[in-house]
Amino acid sequence: MEKRSVISGRLLPYLLLLPQLAITLVFFYWPASQALWQSFMLEDAFGLSSEFVGLENYAALFQQPEYFRAVGTTFIFSTAVTVLSLSVALLLAAMADRQIRGAPVYKTLLIWPYAVAPAIAGVLWLFMFQPSLGLVARGLRSLGLDWNPLLNGNHAMMLVVLSATWKQISYNFLFFLAGLQAIPKSLIEAAAIDGARPTRRFWTIVFPLLSPTTFFLLVVNIVYVFFDTFGIIDAVTGGGPAKATETLVYKVYSDGRLGGDLGGSAAQSVILMIIVIALTAVQFRFVERKVQY
Amino acid sequence: MAEVVLKDVRKTYAGGVEAVKGVSLDIPDGGFCVLVGPSGCGKSTLLRMIAGLETITAGSVAIGPRVVNDVEPADRDIAMVFQNYALYPHMSVYDNMAYGLKNRGTPKDEIDKRVKEAARILAIESFLARKPRALSGGQRQRVAMGRAIVRKPQVFLFDEPLSNLDAKLRVQMRVEIKRLQRALGVTSVYVTHDQVEAMTLSDKLVVMNAGNVEQVGLPNDVYKRPASRFVATFIGSPPMNIVPGIVEGDGRVAVGGHMLAVADMAPGLAPGTVLDVGLRPEDLEVSGGPGIRLPVDFVEELGATQLFHGKLDGAEMVVQAPTGAITSDTRQLTLTIDAAKVHLFDRDTGARRGR
Ligand SMILES: Nc1ncnc2c1ncn2[C@@H]1O[C@H](COP(=O)(O)OP(=O)(O)OP(=O)(O)O)[C@@H](O)[C@H]1O
Ligand SMILES: [Mg+2]
Repeated sequence: MEKRSVISGRLLPYLLLLPQLAITLVFFYWPASQALWQSFMLEDAFGLSSEFVGLENYAALFQQPEYFRAVGTTFIFSTAVTVLSLSVALLLAAMADRQIRGAPVYKTLLIWPYAVAPAIAGVLWLFMFQPSLGLVARGLRSLGLDWNPLLNGNHAMMLVVLSATWKQISYNFLFFLAGLQAIPKSLIEAAAIDGARPTRRFWTIVFPLLSPTTFFLLVVNIVYVFFDTFGIIDAVTGGGPAKATETLVYKVYSDGRLGGDLGGSAAQSVILMIIVIALTAVQFRFVERKVQY
Repeated sequence: MAEVVLKDVRKTYAGGVEAVKGVSLDIPDGGFCVLVGPSGCGKSTLLRMIAGLETITAGSVAIGPRVVNDVEPADRDIAMVFQNYALYPHMSVYDNMAYGLKNRGTPKDEIDKRVKEAARILAIESFLARKPRALSGGQRQRVAMGRAIVRKPQVFLFDEPLSNLDAKLRVQMRVEIKRLQRALGVTSVYVTHDQVEAMTLSDKLVVMNAGNVEQVGLPNDVYKRPASRFVATFIGSPPMNIVPGIVEGDGRVAVGGHMLAVADMAPGLAPGTVLDVGLRPEDLEVSGGPGIRLPVDFVEELGATQLFHGKLDGAEMVVQAPTGAITSDTRQLTLTIDAAKVHLFDRDTGARRGR
């Protein structure tokens, strides 16, 4: 027999859900529908009146070369951060998994970055790489490199990629470590007896068995770089120099807040929203089917 | 094929646990050696040292002419069957079996030939394409065996390979393993805590206790002449009865007020010495004349045999007889035993006090 706690009436469940529903409504659905509405409107230059223009904002967007530049920047940025943070985290987790005795300390140290606010993480890296004062920057210069993220777009990109990666590694590390520890030791031993050296063991046994974790992290990381890196970019480069680090999410802000193009900015955020929904849908589909060997 | 020679092998784990305390063992080429003992006695540890999965604290392990202490598991030319089978869940049955050959760079057609051959021997041809999770426990067991035999290694190592199977399947697989090992002639080391498996499979039985080897021998010799009280009670089911006895003279011991003749008794035991006397339940017979009187508390019916339970001088005593063989008063048995089947052990050390 199944044991069930009985709650009399229908009111209580709804009452308990109410706070969460209210928060979701006020902070998600309302702004989202506002953005959707706004994306069909065109404001005059002084923001005094607006008129309905249908899909014109979208059409204008797709005629802007800057928009496609931001798409490209986002692509480079997200690929770099995702690949870097996943592979470094996996490397660290594999090392921690071997030496699990020292892991509590090791683990804690590696988790700290995750607790740091994005903007602060950005400022931290900004300081280290600040051309005239930063420790690392001075080191780079003394090596004869003309390091200047304030003028050189590639350098600026490297800097935001590094900051964003650094912050995400800890999160990935935790999941990878948990995934590694869930792999039965006897499988690794069987592979060792089967003549596979550590590297081959990793790629033929460990990595395939980690694939559900890797896939989950892949989606989470893409969502992270698409949206959560705003603070880092804002603090480190402000999208510059010459928009070299302007990602899609940063462009929403700069067009809307700085450029005053509310309609175009809203259209951009609607597109971003669709991307997240799509990514989440993909993830749910796969989680449901349990990406499995 | 190769012999396996252990010389004073020791294992102390990082925490200071002494799991194996100096084991020397000589397993001949093609032999089937079973390590048996209670849980925690160090059998798996010993096996894993032969496999190279645990470092050897002291002593040496040789496979064939080569000491392998510092040789990687991959280079020892062994195959191991794990208790949980350790099949690679993301690979098909075929790939599971082919993995070890691929790692060693065996040509593709040779791999295919060997995998199919092993699959035929083990009757798992019909699910070569399946993943392990789509197999029953018994089928997984066969795949694990298949993975071991395709490699044609020098030595097979088994760590309780049958303990996850139900009783019927276990008996069936036990027979198959024995047959397979005979056919292939590969030196095997097999760990179990099941004494029936130990008796039936081995041609060299090693009884371990608390990190030490208690006795090594042919299974029948171990059964007939256990070297210690521990071995006596561990090998045999139901276990050997141990009752107190007093030395009366050379070749004579009093048990429960009755004098027993003893064939195998250490010379020079002073009369009056108290010993542990071991009497196997199946060796005790109902006597026509005088004998040990055993009040029977209850009888267990096992179908083919009956077990009579009672107490003698405070010690539990069991008598086993074919059903219907004991027709006299079953509430009180008068028992005798062949002098050759009386075992004497030291009360304190448990060592055999025989010749
Ligand atoms: N990695 C380890 N670290 C410390 N102690 C260990 C380790 N592995 C085993 N031991 C200890 O060594 C002893 C022998 O263990 P082992 O696994 O060899 O026993 P076993 O005879 O195989 O028992 P079982 O029949 O339960 O499998 C035990 O006391 C166990 O607690
Ligand atoms: Mg064990």
